[in-house]
Amino acid sequence: MARKTPGINTGSMADISFLLLTFFLLTSSINTEQGIPRKLPPPATDIVTAPVNRRNVLEVVVNFKNEISANGSIITVSELKDKAKEFLENANNSEDLPVKERKSINFIGDFMVSQGVVSLKNDQSTSYDIYVQVQNELEKAVNELRDKVANQYFGKKYSTLDTAIQNAIKIAVPMQISEAKPNDLNNQAQ
Amino acid sequence: MARFRKDEKKEVPEINTGSMSDIIFMFLFFFMVITNMRETNIKVLLKVPTASEIQKLEKKSLVATIYIGAPISNKENTLPPGKISVQLDDQTIKPEDLENSVKEFIIARKAPLDENDKNKLTFSLKVDKDVQMRYVNIIKQELRNNSALKINYATGKKVSQENQ
Repeated sequence: MARKTPGINTGSMADISFLLLTFFLLTSSINTEQGIPRKLPPPATDIVTAPVNRRNVLEVVVNFKNEISANGSIITVSELKDKAKEFLENANNSEDLPVKERKSINFIGDFMVSQGVVSLKNDQSTSYDIYVQVQNELEKAVNELRDKVANQYFGKKYSTLDTAIQNAIKIAVPMQISEAKPNDLNNQAQ
Repeated sequence: MARFRKDEKKEVPEINTGSMSDIIFMFLFFFMVITNMRETNIKVLLKVPTASEIQKLEKKSLVATIYIGAPISNKENTLPPGKISVQLDDQTIKPEDLENSVKEFIIARKAPLDENDKNKLTFSLKVDKDVQMRYVNIIKQELRNNSALKINYATGKKVSQENQ
């Protein structure tokens, strides 16, 4: 006579899996890595001093008191975006804003590409927070200009376009930030 | 005529808990898939700045993180004058072998990747927002010297104030 095997009690199974679940919840982090991507310039070999046209440079300086100046005038972080946008776009082909160069680009055709470069100079005592804010504002300026071009040519937002078209717009509206050697006027390491 | 039978005892059927574990297991797998294990113990105090124009880093395996901030305990190594430490992997680095540590860190992170991915390796700088730029600049210089050019300033998400 076959003996009947007693059924395994599965009631505690839920407890065990709950335990595992809480373990994983505690040991893992959901937040994905996010931030502002940047490219560093390649290691310096020779210092090349190419003649730079003065009108092509927007000089942004952040001093040790975390004050920001753009081309000599002191501004706040929130003003920087519009300043950078105005500079990079040069909508009215003004004489003292960057030179534009005609380039033919896939998908877009002939486009007047601005030659503007943002030169960013920090002090060694500048706080990282302000530095990131400045980078963020510059990024925002470029993103808005890219959105504008995307809207004009493709009637869509930049972020919704295909990668190939995005790359074309990247050529049309380049992001050019050059970081100068930082000052150390305060010289108080904290 | 319908009559309400009050006196009759109705038994509430027991809830079957057998499928409970399946549901929990499903949760478990869901969390296991979407999360990543915390690999390092962070030994510096971190409060990253917030920004609005952020991008997500694509692949976890192609990200190496460098932490800079005030040390949690005073046993940690600090950079002069002793308020800020830099953490690579599980250790805060000593100021005298900063150069070598960064170099080894970069080589160690690049080693398991194939040629194609080596250029895609991103160094994410997780820096406390009150840290002075001088420390960030030191690390940036070291990364640059070792041709690790793709970097990322790790930030939190700021709700943009567009609708003013």
